[in-house]
Amino acid sequence: MTVTPILELRGIDKSFGPVQVLHDVAFSAYPGEVTALVGDNGAGKSTLVKCIGGIHSFDAGEYLFEGERVQVNGPRDAAALGVEIVYQDLALCDNLDIVQNMFLGREKRRGPILDEATMEEMAARTLAGLSVRTVKSVRQQVSHLSGGQRQTVAIAKAVLWNGKVVILDEPTAALGVAQTAQVLELVRRLADNGLTVVLISHNLNDVFAVSDRIAALYLGRMAAQVRTTDVTQSQVVELITSGRSGDLGLATTNGATA
Amino acid sequence: MTTALHPEKTAAQPPSTVDGIRAVGRDYLDRLRGGELGSLPAILGLVVLCVIFAIMRPVFLSNLNFANLLTQGAGSIAIAMGLVFVLLLGEIDLSAGFASGVCAAVLAVLLTDQGWPWYSAVLAAVLTGMLIGLVLGVLVARIGIPSFVVTLAAFLAFQGIVLMLLEEGTNISINDPVILAIANDNLPPVLGWVLLGVGVGGFAAVQLRQMRNRRRRGLTTAPPVLVAARIGGLALLGGIAVHLLNQERSRSLVVDSVKGVPIVVPVIVALLVIGTFVLSRTSFGLHIYAVGGNHEAARRAGINVTAIRVSAFVICSSLAAVGGIIAASRGHSVDPNTGGSNVLLLAVGAAVIGGTSLFGGRGRLINAVLGGMVVAVIQNGMGLMGYSSGVKYAVTGSVLLVAAGVDALSRRRAVRR
Ligand SMILES: Nc1ncnc2c1ncn2[C@@H]1O[C@H](COP(=O)(O)OP(=O)(O)O)[C@@H](O)[C@H]1O
Ligand SMILES: [Mg+2]
Repeated sequence: MTVTPILELRGIDKSFGPVQVLHDVAFSAYPGEVTALVGDNGAGKSTLVKCIGGIHSFDAGEYLFEGERVQVNGPRDAAALGVEIVYQDLALCDNLDIVQNMFLGREKRRGPILDEATMEEMAARTLAGLSVRTVKSVRQQVSHLSGGQRQTVAIAKAVLWNGKVVILDEPTAALGVAQTAQVLELVRRLADNGLTVVLISHNLNDVFAVSDRIAALYLGRMAAQVRTTDVTQSQVVELITSGRSGDLGLATTNGATA
Repeated sequence: MTTALHPEKTAAQPPSTVDGIRAVGRDYLDRLRGGELGSLPAILGLVVLCVIFAIMRPVFLSNLNFANLLTQGAGSIAIAMGLVFVLLLGEIDLSAGFASGVCAAVLAVLLTDQGWPWYSAVLAAVLTGMLIGLVLGVLVARIGIPSFVVTLAAFLAFQGIVLMLLEEGTNISINDPVILAIANDNLPPVLGWVLLGVGVGGFAAVQLRQMRNRRRRGLTTAPPVLVAARIGGLALLGGIAVHLLNQERSRSLVVDSVKGVPIVVPVIVALLVIGTFVLSRTSFGLHIYAVGGNHEAARRAGINVTAIRVSAFVICSSLAAVGGIIAASRGHSVDPNTGGSNVLLLAVGAAVIGGTSLFGGRGRLINAVLGGMVVAVIQNGMGLMGYSSGVKYAVTGSVLLVAAGVDALSRRRAVRR
């Protein structure tokens, strides 16, 4: 395996006050592949994603992008690298409409004036391309949308920018069966188009259906990063629940991976 | 891959006018039902109050009183417009009243005691406002003290600063003719018509250009009839107002002729237009709404939340300075009560009664103007009916409470759906 990962984290430590949430975490994601990030509630998946997105700074560790060490000090830095994230809580402004949310922080302008028409066109085109869920008008306020529609807007926001890396933190949690299938199909399609996709999910059937690799976090430590084809579902369950499975996983509590 | 999605495009043939209007009406009703009442209660309240007062006291409708109403409301409307920026963030500025007092005192001291020219004194007063806002904003946004506490402390402190500036409470009279003109003089009648023409023409040009641009790109537009109605409505209401204000309203023509649009009116309108442009057409304005709606989402979008918060306080206190200048002009002097007593409450009342949410994220500058008119009408009308100040305050307070109640209920409604 000589392919360099587009996104690589090494030795990430992250504490909130006295509580250390991430311990020496290593994580890699590759172009054209879906990497599933799994782990129990509270394992630190969302925290890791926020570190990647520049929302949280980490206490120690390296952030490499396309093989180069980079400094990501805020959401704008991550966006500039081409990292787009659908956060678990979606991070939408209820009082703004769909277009405004999709372009928030990166509005199209003509001089000092917002270029509403261009943004509206681009938003409508992106949503049409996803065709995941009915939205009456792209000028609808997000507060008027259902859970699934909000999820779609958040995903469309990430797709809109043609990023290199798309990270989805539990994107199907609020979705029904049909919509979940559509999101998974989209995830696969993005990766097949050469993008790097990171998918966080609790549903191992979904994970095995779409992912190329699986990274399992256990209590803030990376238990294992494996190829999906090399493991069985029950092994992944063991990694999630106890941090190890046979010769896979954490050897000791100091976070060494097998 | 269904094509269930309806991107907002008008296909080959645009919908008929009737359908378009019906759709707009339906959207509006939907929004009302969803709890977004906006300015509607204020407009209805304004109409009802005017009818009641006009019946009870016909003098309420006199040209003189109409002009009075506008100059009476102008100071607190300016402060209320500033408060909208802070309220949009879900914060409050309880010191805006006395901030206007401090700025007015600075103006008076420089103008009368130091003999500065009016423009330098006005600039200094507005800069004082900006500085005040900067301090408040930094304390709230960077240090993280709740705005309620910061501005309550500032409320007391500014009261003291006014006293110090005025050397223990003497009042300073304003003699500069330019400053006095702001709230006491009127435009020449012709200029009133010219300004109205420019305003309506500009509004029409912006609306039509926007409509043409969206049409060309195949995006939905408001039905042309509606756009025409908006422009016509503005022209009509503006025309009536200018016409009434251009009537002679002097009681004794022997002494002086008084007619024309009070100068404060174009001042307020200019602030309204500029502020509305900033809030609705620029990234900065959008970011204010975003921070007020969900500051964490705004942060994750890369918006500098702290800078937005600080600038909202700067704008608020700067507009308070304008309010203070108007008050100084109207009162011909500045005393320790300028910006004190009920000024802040009336301004907060104006913003909230007009439909600005106390919970952040919802509101427009026109809310402050409409709410300010409601407050001014209550004060003025009840004064004409001979009620005491006590009753006026109690009624204004109740109206504020009702408006805040409407806001809270409509928010609950919006959250529940
Ligand atoms: N901002 C925060 N402050 C303090 N603790 C936090 C914060 N965010 C997350 N945590 C803690 O970090 C741990 C990991 O949380 P999270 O990353 O959300 O887990 P996951 O997404 O895997 O369910 C949890 O114990 C959570 O309580
Ligand atoms: Mg999580």
